[in-house]
Amino acid sequence: MIGLSHYLLVGAALFGLGMFGLLTKRNLIAVLMSVELMLNSVNINLVAFSRYTATDAAAGQVFSLFIIAVAAAEVAIGLALAYAIYKGRGTVSVDEIDWLKW
Amino acid sequence: MGGGLMHTLAFYMLAGVTLAAATGVVFKRNLVHSAFLLSVTFLGVAGLYMTLEAQFLAAVQALVYSGAVAVLVVIGVMLTQRENMSQSNPPNAMVAAGGFAALTIVGVLVWAILATPWKTGKGAVVSVADIGRRFLTDFAPPFEAIALLLLAALIGAVVLFKGGKTQS
Repeated sequence: MIGLSHYLLVGAALFGLGMFGLLTKRNLIAVLMSVELMLNSVNINLVAFSRYTATDAAAGQVFSLFIIAVAAAEVAIGLALAYAIYKGRGTVSVDEIDWLKW
Repeated sequence: MGGGLMHTLAFYMLAGVTLAAATGVVFKRNLVHSAFLLSVTFLGVAGLYMTLEAQFLAAVQALVYSGAVAVLVVIGVMLTQRENMSQSNPPNAMVAAGGFAALTIVGVLVWAILATPWKTGKGAVVSVADIGRRFLTDFAPPFEAIALLLLAALIGAVVLFKGGKTQS
């Protein structure tokens, strides 16, 4: 019998994978992909809670929709930034984007 | 509440596909493979929404994430790579520390999930009409704010891509 904790465990595993990618990837686009994985894991949790512990079931799905909208805006801006940096520097490696380091 | 063998089977298959594809996204050395596996991950999550009887959200997930976001990411890969693709997604020097941090977080989360006695209610299935009604009543201000945010993101992305006007 699949219950709430099964979905939460999947969400936790997905969050961990996304966090590992966020910390260890060298390519800016790969970092953005990892952020998307983490946002997705949070959405799984919200929908699972709205399905299983329903005091206000619709709110959980509404929150998820807001997160999806914010994630879409984030990926559009992030990729535009990556391209702007690439035009200026010829690289999207986060190890080489270190203008603020001295 | 779902129940039954089919639900269990569907959950394990979708969770397996999702997590395997997400592992591929993080560990593949080729950025194009990562981008396509990201799309598979999003579809797996959409399937998980179906098992949670959130059909509208599953459709939105498939459209927005697997459709729009994945395509945007692929275009981003195309615009910003020029050398060989096979080594386009290398890890940095922080693999051990990053792995330790991620495993610690996952360990704490798993412990918290398993140790908490979740009070599961009867469970409720949310209809699309419910979601729409909430968007236009309780959640109207954030709904308008998100519309403004999307417009700002659209204009900002165009400005960033074009490079804006340079002052001379």
